[in-house]
Amino acid sequence: MITLKETDAVVIGVGWTGSILARELTKAGLNVVGLERGNKRTPRENFTIPSVRDDLKYAVRQELFQDAQLETVSLRHSPDETALPMRRLGSFLPGTDLGGAGAHWNGMTWRWLPSDHNARSHIIERYGKNAIPEEMTIQDLPVSYDELEPYYDKFEKLCGVSGKAGNLRGNIIDGGNVFEGPRQNEYPNPPLAKSLAGTIMDQASRSLGYHPFQAPSSNASETYTNFEGMTLGACEYCGHCERFGCEANAKASPNVCILPALLADPKFELRTSAQVKELVYDKASRKVTAVRYIDTRSGEEYEQPAGIVVLGAYVFNNVQLMLTAGIGEPYDYKTGKGAVGKNYCYQVGAGNVTVFLEDKEINPFMASGAHGVLIDDFNGDNFDHAGLGFFGGAWIQAGPSNGRPILTRPVPPGTPRWGHEWKQATAKWYNHAFAIGASGCNYAHRENFLDLDPNYKDALGRPLIRMSYNFHDNDYKLANYISGVLGRLAKAMNPTTMSTPAGIKGDYSVVPYQSTHNTGGTMTGTDPKTSVVNRYLQSWDADNLFVMGASVFPQNASYNPTGLLGALAYWSANAITTQYLKSPGPLLHA
Amino acid sequence: MADETNPIRRRNFLVGAGTAVAASLAQPVASEAQTAPAAAPAPGDQPEPLLTLTATEHAFFAAAADTIIPADELSPSGSDCGVATFIDRQLAGAYGAGERLYRDGPFAKAKPEFGYQLPLNPREFFRAGIAAANDWSRKTYSKDFDRLADTDRVAALKAMEGGTAEFAGVSSRGFFEALLQITMEGFFADPIYGGNRNMASWKMVGYPGLPATYREDIKKYFGKKYDKPPHSIVDFS
Repeated sequence: MITLKETDAVVIGVGWTGSILARELTKAGLNVVGLERGNKRTPRENFTIPSVRDDLKYAVRQELFQDAQLETVSLRHSPDETALPMRRLGSFLPGTDLGGAGAHWNGMTWRWLPSDHNARSHIIERYGKNAIPEEMTIQDLPVSYDELEPYYDKFEKLCGVSGKAGNLRGNIIDGGNVFEGPRQNEYPNPPLAKSLAGTIMDQASRSLGYHPFQAPSSNASETYTNFEGMTLGACEYCGHCERFGCEANAKASPNVCILPALLADPKFELRTSAQVKELVYDKASRKVTAVRYIDTRSGEEYEQPAGIVVLGAYVFNNVQLMLTAGIGEPYDYKTGKGAVGKNYCYQVGAGNVTVFLEDKEINPFMASGAHGVLIDDFNGDNFDHAGLGFFGGAWIQAGPSNGRPILTRPVPPGTPRWGHEWKQATAKWYNHAFAIGASGCNYAHRENFLDLDPNYKDALGRPLIRMSYNFHDNDYKLANYISGVLGRLAKAMNPTTMSTPAGIKGDYSVVPYQSTHNTGGTMTGTDPKTSVVNRYLQSWDADNLFVMGASVFPQNASYNPTGLLGALAYWSANAITTQYLKSPGPLLHA
Repeated sequence: MADETNPIRRRNFLVGAGTAVAASLAQPVASEAQTAPAAAPAPGDQPEPLLTLTATEHAFFAAAADTIIPADELSPSGSDCGVATFIDRQLAGAYGAGERLYRDGPFAKAKPEFGYQLPLNPREFFRAGIAAANDWSRKTYSKDFDRLADTDRVAALKAMEGGTAEFAGVSSRGFFEALLQITMEGFFADPIYGGNRNMASWKMVGYPGLPATYREDIKKYFGKKYDKPPHSIVDFS
C-alpha cells in the first residue's frame, strides 16, 4: 500500500454531490482530491451522434451503469429469509464513471413539499398522535422547506431547470404546480414545448378539476448559461434521455454544468479508476483520517489522508463504507436501535395505465426525459387522508419520454406477445398510445433496511449490501388508491381502448425497471440515536465526515431525488465553508 | 434421412447462400408465400459465417424468429431481417460471455421476483435451453423444433411460453422469455448489429431512428404523422 501526501479534502464519487462539494470547497481555498471508481467521461468524447443513439448498447446492455459483475446488492423480502444477489441490474440502475447517474438521468428536478420536509410532525399535527403506525418509522427531515429554499433555487440555477412556478412568493399561478412551496424565483428556463400527449393530459386533468402543470425539467428549453459560466444547449427532443448521455448538452449533468470549471481549477485533482475500498476511522479522535482506494488499472492500493472526507457515492456504497468502517451503530430491526442502514426506502409505482387513441398521432420518439404533464393533487398530503388507511401520495404524469422500439411499443391488453396478431397490433398502435404513470411516496418501515450480506461479496472482497425490502400495507393501499385516479384520468381521455389500472400486487421484484430512487441508510436527523448525520450532513461519529446524496433522506417522498440531494449538497457545503472551516469539530452537539 | 441430421446440410437448406431457390424452400407456408413481404431485404450478398452458434442452434433461432416474427405485408420474416445473425453476434461477444452479470455463488432456486439466478452466462444458457427444447420437441413431435410445420412451431412456442413444455433441467418458460427478448432485440435494434435489416421493423412501426433532432419538428408535426424515412447509425458513420 502506498500512502500519499495529505490533502485538505477528499471527495468519494464524482457525480452531482461530489462535484458540487469539490467545487464549493476549492472555491473556499481547499485542495481537493476527487476519487471516481469509473472512467473519465466527457460529452465531447463520449456522447456524440451517431453512437449516442444506440438503443441496444445504452438502454438494453446498460453501458453507462454500475457493472453488476463487480458490485451489486442482495435482496430478501423479510429478515427471516436468505438474501439472493441481484445478478443483473433491473429494478434500478445506479451510475458509474465521471458524472455518475447525473449523466444518464431523465432530468426531473423537484423540490419536496413543505409537508414532506416535516412529514412526521405534519401527519401527527393533522391526523393525531396515534395516526402513524408503530412500524412506520418515518422522521422529519431536520431542514425546513423555508431554510432550504435558497439552495433548491441555486441547484435549479446550476441545472437551468425548465418549468413554470405555481407558487411565486405566495402568489398561486395556474399552469404551474399550485401545490408547491413558495419559491422566491421563477424557474431559470420556460417549460419545454408541450407534446400532444401532454395536451391531452392537460385537458383530461382540468375536466376532472385537477391542476396540471409541465414537468420541472433539467432538459433546457432554451440555451442557458449558469453561474459557473457553463452553457447548456437547447433540448432537441431526441427521445434518448434516460439511460443515455445528451449529445446536445441540453440535459443538465455534472459533466456539462460544473465539471469543466472544476477540472480547470488547479486546486482540484481528479483520479479516475480509483475505487474506494474503506474509510480509515479513528474512533478516539472522532475522525476519518484517510481513505483507502484501489487503482483498478493496476490493483495497487493507496491511502489518501485528508482533513475533510466527503462521502458522495451512491446510496448503497455510502452505507457499505459506513458499515465496514464501523462508523455509527448499525440498525437492529428487532430492537429498533442503531441508525446505519435504517429507513431504506424506494419508490412506489401504481402500475401504468396505457391509453390507445386511434385518431391521435403521438410521435412518442419526439420527447425529452422530463417532458410529461403532471398533477400533484394526489401527492404527499395535498389531499385529505382521513379514513384512507395510508399516508403519502404520488405525482401522476402522462406523456412519453421516448419511442425507442426495443423497449417501447405498447399494444392493447389481450394482444399476443408475438406472431402475426402481435405485429399487426404493434404496427397499428405504436404511434397512437402513451402511458399515464405515477411515482409514489415510500414511507419507512421497520423491516426495510440495509446491512452487510453474510454470503455474497463484491469484486474487492467486501460483503455486498443486503437489502431487506418489500412493499407493505401503506404501499399497497397507496398504489391502489392512485391506480383509481389513473383509471379516471385515462377514461377522461376518451381512449379507443386502455389497459386496466393494476396498482401493485405481490412482492417487490428486482426484475422490471421501476426507478433509480433508492434512499436512506445514512439518514439525517436531530438525534444521534436515530440518525447517522446531523442537519448539516455531518456524521455524528466522525466530525470531518460529511455524507451526501439520497442516503440521507429519512424516507422517500414521491419526487425524483435529485432536486433535494442537490439542494442539500449546497446547504452542507455552505455549513462546511462558513462554519466548519473556522472551527473544525461538531457543528451541533447532541 | 441421413441428410436431415447433417447440420451443414441443414443450415444450407435453411439459410442457403441467399439463393432464391433456397429462400423459397425455407418458406414453406402458403400464406407467407402468397403475401409479398413488405420492403423485402435483398438476400444476403455475402456469406455470414457463424461466430459461435452451431448449425443446429442457428436453425433453432432462425425458426423461432420466423415464428415470433412471421413474414407478412408488414415485414419480412425474423430470420430474413437478420435476427439469427444478430443473436449469433450477441452471444459470441461480451454479452454472451456474461458481461455485467454477477456470477458468484452460492446459486439457489428462487422466486421470479429475484430475477435470473443461474450460474450460466447467456451463451451457455441458450446452449442448454436449445438442447432441452429440441429434446422436448423430438419427444413431442419426433422432430427438432426447426423441422416442425408452422402450426406445430406455434404450438411448441406457446407450450414453452405457458411453461407446459417439460424441459429436462431448464425452465421452458424462462427459456422462452429469454428467447423472446433476444429475438425482439434483434428485430428492433439498430441494423449495425446484424438484425433489423433495411430497418424493416422501424418502417413497420414508423420509428424514424436517427438523427432524432426534433427541435423544430416537435412543433411542425404536433398531432401529425411523421412520414420521413428512417435512418440508422450507419447512415451517419
